[in-house]
Amino acid sequence: MSREKTWKEISPAGVCPKSSTSFLTGDWKTYTPVRDLEKCTTCLICVIYCPDGAIRWRPELGKIEIDLNFCKGCGICANECPTKAITMKLDKGDE
Amino acid sequence: MTTQEWKFTARDIAEKPDQFLSGHRACAGCVPATVLRLVMKATRGPTIVTEATGCMEVVSSIYPYTSWAVPWLHTAFETAAANAAGIDAALKALKRKGQVKEHIDIIAIAGDGGTYDIGLQALSGAVERGHDFLFVLYDNEAYMNTGIQRSGGTPLGAATTTTPAGSVRPGKLQHKKPITDIMVAHDMEYVATASPYYWKDLLTKVRKGLEVEGPAFLHVFATCPRGWRSDPANSIEYTKLAVESCVFPLWEAVNGEYQLSTPSKLIALAPQKKKPVTDYLKGQGRFRHLFKPQGKPVLDEIQRWTDERWAKLLKKCGEAPKTA
Repeated sequence: MSREKTWKEISPAGVCPKSSTSFLTGDWKTYTPVRDLEKCTTCLICVIYCPDGAIRWRPELGKIEIDLNFCKGCGICANECPTKAITMKLDKGDE
Repeated sequence: MTTQEWKFTARDIAEKPDQFLSGHRACAGCVPATVLRLVMKATRGPTIVTEATGCMEVVSSIYPYTSWAVPWLHTAFETAAANAAGIDAALKALKRKGQVKEHIDIIAIAGDGGTYDIGLQALSGAVERGHDFLFVLYDNEAYMNTGIQRSGGTPLGAATTTTPAGSVRPGKLQHKKPITDIMVAHDMEYVATASPYYWKDLLTKVRKGLEVEGPAFLHVFATCPRGWRSDPANSIEYTKLAVESCVFPLWEAVNGEYQLSTPSKLIALAPQKKKPVTDYLKGQGRFRHLFKPQGKPVLDEIQRWTDERWAKLLKKCGEAPKTA
């Protein structure tokens, strides 16, 4: 007769918490932000207001990147952009 | 408190790594999420955050994920400030024993439910005992997390699920509780109101609140597109209109001395810039019924109350009242 597993050997009920950056919320979106790089002045207003931290400033590249893995498509960036460089498109954007 | 001026530039903020991380499950266009990101950008060193139950606690800690890059404690709805007091006492004991050497900032975060209503006695007690922490109230004007029930922070006329607008009632019947004035009455060293549209002002106030040796209170206005039935894209726009219409003026009270902050100061100096409250109310589904003919008396009352509170605030700030 085989030995029963001890509590240390069975699958745990709880696991250690991990960072939510591995939980992608980007597929919640309906509209996708698309940037017009000619109008963008990299004023970083969109980086500041994004509720999801999905718009990031990459100082080493000197440019702003939109991480569509986290963008929920709320449109705050498009609404607040001083030069109207961001538009919200229904189809998936080219970024 | 030092009189040092903090210059948070857009680049400083963008380059500082987030401490409230992406992947949280707030709705699209959630301003409290923006507020917490910005609050955490203003920290000056090691920080412990404690948070009462509420939207921002739920969306940032769904098991087994966490959106916090700092030590973070969830606590019951009523005890954000009590928890902060406990952390402060524990840090003092550890410092006395020599186990903690550096200064650690404590931030307690709660929504309007966890501050105006359920958390008020814990907050009042912790402030009276003089614990060193910053209390951040993100005010989205109802219990949004549980399904948009009215709170002490819900404004007059707003439709919520417990104050529905119809032929009998025009939404909530009471005005918003003046929570910041209640906190000033605690003889605190630093109390302020902030709006995320004016992000530099918000970050400066967070830093000032952290610099205070003792309790500090920061009331931040935060749009909830879900509960306000508004377009998520306009979320930040409303935090600007609320200030421009004087529904939510920006000021700070240092040792009980009221002082207008720049965006509101500009309106005090040029009253013609003050927008009617309807500019702020329109477009929000929770106030939609007020724009029908029978809603006119409520709109007039909101305008009257807003003007009255603005005039009182100008008096407290020592500004001469001007007419447009």
